[in-house]
Parts: sequence; C-alpha cells; structure tokens
Amino acid sequence: MHRSLTIAVLLLLLVFPLAAKHWGQLFYVSFAARILIFALAATSLNLILGYGGMVSFGHAAFVGAGAYTVAILMAEGVRSAWVSWPLAVLVSAAFALVIGAISLRTRGVYFIMITLAFAQMMYYVFISMRAYGGEDGLNLASRSRLGFGVDLADDLVFYYVVLAIAASTLYLLHRLLNARFGQVIQAIRENEARMEAIGFPTYRYKLICFVIAGGVAGLAGALIANQNSFVSPNLLQWTQSGTLMLMVILGGVGYLYGGVLGALVFLVLEEVLSSYTIHWQLGVGVVLLIIVLYARQGLVGLIAALAQRRTAGG
Amino acid sequence: MAEILLRVEKLYKRFGGLVATDRLDFEVERGELHALIGPNGAGKTTFIHQLSGALESDGGRILFDAQEITTRSLHERVRLGLARSYQITSVFRRFSVLHNLMLAVLARSGSSVRFWRPLSQEPALFDEAKAIAARVGLVGREHVIAATLAHGEQRQLEVGLALATDASLLLLDEPMAGMGPDESQRMIELIAGLKAVVTVLLVEHDMDAVFRLADRISVLVSGRIIATGAPEAIRANAEVKRAYLGDEGPA
Repeated sequence: MHRSLTIAVLLLLLVFPLAAKHWGQLFYVSFAARILIFALAATSLNLILGYGGMVSFGHAAFVGAGAYTVAILMAEGVRSAWVSWPLAVLVSAAFALVIGAISLRTRGVYFIMITLAFAQMMYYVFISMRAYGGEDGLNLASRSRLGFGVDLADDLVFYYVVLAIAASTLYLLHRLLNARFGQVIQAIRENEARMEAIGFPTYRYKLICFVIAGGVAGLAGALIANQNSFVSPNLLQWTQSGTLMLMVILGGVGYLYGGVLGALVFLVLEEVLSSYTIHWQLGVGVVLLIIVLYARQGLVGLIAALAQRRTAGG
Repeated sequence: MAEILLRVEKLYKRFGGLVATDRLDFEVERGELHALIGPNGAGKTTFIHQLSGALESDGGRILFDAQEITTRSLHERVRLGLARSYQITSVFRRFSVLHNLMLAVLARSGSSVRFWRPLSQEPALFDEAKAIAARVGLVGREHVIAATLAHGEQRQLEVGLALATDASLLLLDEPMAGMGPDESQRMIELIAGLKAVVTVLLVEHDMDAVFRLADRISVLVSGRIIATGAPEAIRANAEVKRAYLGDEGPA
C-alpha cells in the first residue's frame, strides 16, 4: 500500500507538468519545482531533527551556502552544473562539519542557540561580501549548464531535473534510514546515554548525520539559486531556518515524507492566503497551532493514524 | 594465583570539598563474581561511574585486561570489554526487546556507518539478539515493546543489554533495585547463570543475594575498600561489622 502510493504520487508528478503545459499554465510547473526544492531542504532538516533528535535552528545556513556556491562560481564563469552543484553539496557539508563538530558538544536549548548563532554569523558574512552583491544579493547570468542538450532555462526541463534529484535523494535517505546508520541515529535519539554504554561513539554518528543533512541542504540551495536566478543573504536568515522547521513540524517530525508534505502545505498556504491578505502568516500560524495541539505527529502522522484506524476497523 | 582482569590503583575523585573516592585500590580476578557492598553514601555510585567511564577520575589508574583505560571514554571501554548495567533502568523504551538487544549486538559487529543494506536483511544480528533474550529469561517476549514490560522484565532486559555487548567484565549496578521477592529470585538465578560465562562485578544492596552469589566481596566505606575476601570472611570481619553490617548483619 505504501509502495503503490509512492508510485502513484510519482506518476502524478511526472504527468502533471505535461497537462499544465497543454493548458498553458506553466506557472504551476515552476511552483511545483519550488515545492520540490523546499521538500528536499525540509527533508534534510527532518533527518537531523526528526530522526537524529538534533533540533538545529540554523539549517538555512547550509541552504544558503549551497546557493551562494553556485552563484559565486557562476559570477567567476563556471556554469557547468556538474561542477557547481557537487561543489555546493561539498561546501555545505564542510560548513556542517565545522559547525556540527562544535555545536554537537552541547545539548538541548544550547544546541538550538549555537546553531542559530552560527547561521547568523554566516548571514552577516554574506552581507559583508561586497564583491558578490553584499546586502543586495547577486544575480545569476543564467541557469547552470547540464549539457547533453538539456536546457535548464526551460521551466519544464528544470522541473523534471528537480524531480529526478528530489526523488532519488529521498530514495537514498530511505535506504539510509533503514540501514545500520539510520537505525543507529534513531536509537541515539531514543536514548543517547545507553547507546554510549553499549559501545557506540554517538558523537561521531551524530556528526556524520549532521554533515549529510548539510550536504543535502546545500543541494537544495543550488537548485534554489537556479530557480530564482538570484541569491541574497535573506536565504540564510534565521526566519528561513524557522520556515524549514515549520515545514517539518507541519508535515511530520521523523516521517520520511514529513518534509515533503510540510513543504507542499506550507507553500500552497502561502500562495493561496497571500493572494487574499499580506497577513498570510496568520493563516499559517492557525494551521500550525491546530497541528501542534491536535496532531503532534504532523500531517503524515495524522494520515498514518487514520489509515491504521481504517484497517483496524474494516 | 588467578589472573587479574581489573586493577584499580589509588583511584581518586573529589567533588569540591568532598572526597568521594579516596585513593582506592581494588582488584577483580578473571572468572569470579565479585560483589561490592557498602553503606549509603560510601561512594559506590561514584566508583562505578569512574570504572565505566561516565565520570573522569582526578587521580589514580584503572587497568583492564592489562591495558590502562583511565582516560578512555565510556564507549571505548565497552569495546574493550567492560560494560555496565544501570541502577535506574535505561533501555530503548519504544523499541521491542529484540530491537534493544540487537542494537547492543550491532555495536560490536563492525562499523555501522553503512547506508544501503536494510538492517532487516542482517538476520545474524537478530539471531544473536534472540540468544541473549533467552539467556536473560525473556523467551516469548522478544517482540514486546520495552516500555510495556513488567518491572522485573525491564530489569532483565537492562542486564541483557550489558550482556549483549559481549563484555568480559559486567558491572551490574543494583540489578535487584525495586524488585519483589519473586522477581529477585529470578534475577539471582539469572546472575548465577552468568557466572560461567563472564566476570561480574555486582553492586547490590540485597545482602541475601550478595552472600549467595559472590565468590568474593569487597566492602567500600568512605571511598576506600576496607576489606576484601570470601563471604564467610567478610561475615566474620570485625571492622566490616562495625562499619557497615551493624545490627542487621546477615544471620
């Protein structure tokens, strides 16, 4: 049932842009690409927050680092996606390694604060980088080049590339979570002291998890830079970290599709509500309140519980 | 002369003005069940934390299996073969019994920095976990979620987690804590069964259990070992009687 649902959603995602194009509604294709990119970013946060139990409040820093890597390379004349996207992943992972190595020595609220502090430091570093736009941000001359006749400037093509990346990354994370590594980090979330006492170097595992999440966030950042053809320090602001966290909580902390559904619901809410009022965040807030009060496990958790009740009842 | 598995030399720990472990000397021989007793506040918990690596020592040395481990971390000591159980049950409450034990088996089965092969396709790990479950008397309870086990069963799982690390020395910190007579009896039998396979350092308040199980007993008072010997010798030791057993000494 789980598998057939995944396949159905994947098919829908494959076919829908063709329909949208047919009726001349390419806007929705771009919007869907945006959702997929944020789904990727939110999922990477869910890996450390939901599965690893590390409440990081600075995740936007890694998204921003990835985005800036692509933009800066572009400004220096490197347009190939094959160079700049993997580099975006590596740069973000490297930042995650340094920030994680220090932050993971703390716990609880101190961990939240120190990750936030690091993210803010990076935010100001990018603001001060005059050569690359400083506060005003930096325009990309074009989207990255993939070669093989694939033109990312075409929104439909870009969408399919994003879909391929998001789907395969999600699959990799699914494998990771069910393999030894994923089981270890989930057990660390449950009882870190005991994991030490049965012989696991928990710090090392948490750090590796943090670095992987940072790398995936960097990949999402590379795609955001491409989609917007623009990067600015706003990408790294703490409110962006908050948005990612909201997405994860909305969708379901510790569920593989939590970040995906969270990104979808959040961005659709934003899109719909902001056409009525500039105070759209109020609406998002109300939805979040309802989730936190009545469906702690988020939307995926809610759906899973309902499905379970139906099977049990029938 | 039996081989010394654990040797503690002049171990020291102070908290501000309070000396908790006072140049303590101590030895455990390979293969024995060594009980550590002492009145409340004698420093047993501090000593156990220093041995397991949860607490840094301020002085002295700990040698395990002829290696100095004084500054080794908790998880490194476990990998060398020194594992502990907890006085306050600390299991993975939301996981099944089998999953709990499997994690401890996993810890010593090569690197777990592996990202691809599903854990469910590593049946050897679960087979070993099942064997441990049988060893600690949890047959038929393997798929029960730990949090829903009875108190006594949780204590058995607690010992099982330490045992599953395949340690050569088990530190059992008050395994009978909070148990009724029936449960205690079962735990005594369980520990008696471990004697054949592993060296045990047992910290316990239940004197009946201690005198039935121990090959040797050490008495800790004010951060020092005041006597070590066979149960009969400890029972007869005047200093021990005065310092610890007092009026309620075992009959």
